Amino acid sequence: MNSLSERPLTAMIDLAGPPPDCAAYGNAGGWQGTRKALKTLTPDEVISMVTRSRLRGRGGAGFPTGLKWSTVPKDPASKRRKYLVANADEMEPGTFKDRILMEGNPLQLVEGMLLAGYAIQASHGIIFLRGEYFLAHQRLQHAIDEARHLGWLGENILGTGFSFDIDLHSSGGRYICGEATALLTALEGSRAVPRGKLPPSQISGLWGAPSVVNNVETLCNISHIVTHGPEWFDGLGTGADSGTKLYGVSGRVCRPGFWELPMGTPLRDLIEVHAGGMKSGYALRALLPGGASTPFVDAADIDIPMDYDSIKKVGGRLGTGMAILLDDRTCPVGMLRNLEHFFAQESCGWCTPCRDGLPWVERLLDALEDGTGTEDDIEQLMRHARILGSPGRTFCAHAPGAMAPLASGLALFRDDFTAHLTGHGCPLHHAA
Amino acid sequence: MSTADLPLPDDLRQEILTLAGSEHRPRAASVSALRLVQARFRWISDRHLAEVAQLLNMSTADLDGVATYFNLLFRKPVGQHVFMICDSVCCWIMGCKDLSDHLCKKLNIRPGETTPDGAITLLPIVCLGHCDRAPVMLFDETVHEDVDTAALDRLIAEAQETPR
Ligand SMILES: Cc1cc2nc3c(=O)[nH]c(=O)nc-3n(C[C@H](O)[C@H](O)[C@H](O)COP(=O)(O)O)c2cc1C
Ligand code: SF4
Ligand code: FES
Repeated sequence: MNSLSERPLTAMIDLAGPPPDCAAYGNAGGWQGTRKALKTLTPDEVISMVTRSRLRGRGGAGFPTGLKWSTVPKDPASKRRKYLVANADEMEPGTFKDRILMEGNPLQLVEGMLLAGYAIQASHGIIFLRGEYFLAHQRLQHAIDEARHLGWLGENILGTGFSFDIDLHSSGGRYICGEATALLTALEGSRAVPRGKLPPSQISGLWGAPSVVNNVETLCNISHIVTHGPEWFDGLGTGADSGTKLYGVSGRVCRPGFWELPMGTPLRDLIEVHAGGMKSGYALRALLPGGASTPFVDAADIDIPMDYDSIKKVGGRLGTGMAILLDDRTCPVGMLRNLEHFFAQESCGWCTPCRDGLPWVERLLDALEDGTGTEDDIEQLMRHARILGSPGRTFCAHAPGAMAPLASGLALFRDDFTAHLTGHGCPLHHAA
Repeated sequence: MSTADLPLPDDLRQEILTLAGSEHRPRAASVSALRLVQARFRWISDRHLAEVAQLLNMSTADLDGVATYFNLLFRKPVGQHVFMICDSVCCWIMGCKDLSDHLCKKLNIRPGETTPDGAITLLPIVCLGHCDRAPVMLFDETVHEDVDTAALDRLIAEAQETPR
């Protein structure tokens, strides 16, 4: 196991056995942050610590967590309905970090939520969990029940007068539920359609009450920041950003998996050192650095730190930090068809460009793969990538996310697209 | 008459009402309530949908909008066991199409269909969050990683031997 001071998120995680219970969690350093915050810090002091830690959201957008919390109305929890929601929907293809955190140490999320709840003075906590995470559900429910039984959740925690409890909601399964406002719509029992961004959820969210939605990994950092302080957390990162990050690599590498590493770990180290490099007989062509909705990064550009700003310099986006590798024996056009099938299927259907545009894109890619595509189809794809890819043309970020791999792929794999025209279909004959 | 045409059992009605009562508004329990019904009957029939709608103070159409929206809620009967093969990108790279083809051939059905004996339904599913161990599938509520055709054959045998 890793040490708590260097690899805080995974220090207590051993996937070979059951996760720590409340006592084991406490013995290994858990609950210190809760004692410290509830007994010696004001809610605003907790927010200030998180702000100074420079923690940014791990759900994909990288929004500064302290800033998000500071915009919540300050009424005490006892005076006003307010929600703290953990976004555990995790349906971004390529991504499995939140599952590891929840299966491996569910109490770390419970404590993170408790502290976040205290900071924003939330009256209710909710975990929005994707429906297919059966094991995580079982372990979270067990952890919540035990924590409640021992007084870490519920009324008057540690005799401080602060009350907070957590409900576990299991989703019916749709990618768009991970979009923070669609998630709130889903929690209200409706079809999960996103909402307008004003007023922000922090002012008017679930049932019109102030609501903060944070990613699981974001929340799992909180107890460590409160316990060890913002300066310690800042020092964990090697580049511009603070903290550690759960990175992952999947595809044809020797050791696909996940690793908690300093924020800013070079992409090349992830692939060559941690994932053991490509399998023999395969070479790296390109990769999606942070899940399906991030742009392709060329194999020549992997000497770059995996932090929010650096990866943008090579056209990528950090996203979830879980990389998907394209090897030289897999067809990039086929891969794009697979990706766009996913995005077309998972569109919520609310706004026309996305609802009708994404299936169109999928059909164009189908035609190219099947050998019936034309030069004009490639033009059409570029047009879609341009139009749907501009933020503001669609109601939420789903369509721009869908266009990220397409736009970058069209530029990077132009020869492959052309080969699908001249060769009448996929030259690699990769299975659909 | 099949059980799906009979009224919801009293204990399930009570469970749904309790759930609805614990929420800020009853409709917040819509997905959870439908999942409870499905856990008992494997799918959500028109009759059950209408009953749940009434318990949650929603119109049937409103609740059907919710039921048809989500990937994991079934508005048509499914077999005793459900094979869900991940068809998202990492599993695609690692050959999930071969798995689905193998199942189709062995069971003589297409994705979305159920075997005539009612034992197995085959469905595609999006990324299951085990991408480092692709290809991945869900057999009822259990995840299987690094799946190959031999593993599929074992699961078919298991499904045919253990009715639910
Ligand atoms: C289509 C779509 C899907 C998303 N899915 C998730 C998800 O599964 N989990 C998540 O934490 N954030 C997801 N997000 C980002 C959320 O909208 C939101 O930014 C995030 O939960 C905020 O938490 P953070 O500030 O802690 O990162 C998604 C966004 C979009 C547009
Ligand atoms: S962009 Fe797509 S997912 Fe987002 S609101 Fe429009 S239709 Fe729905
Ligand atoms: S892509 Fe299949 S489990 Fe993630």
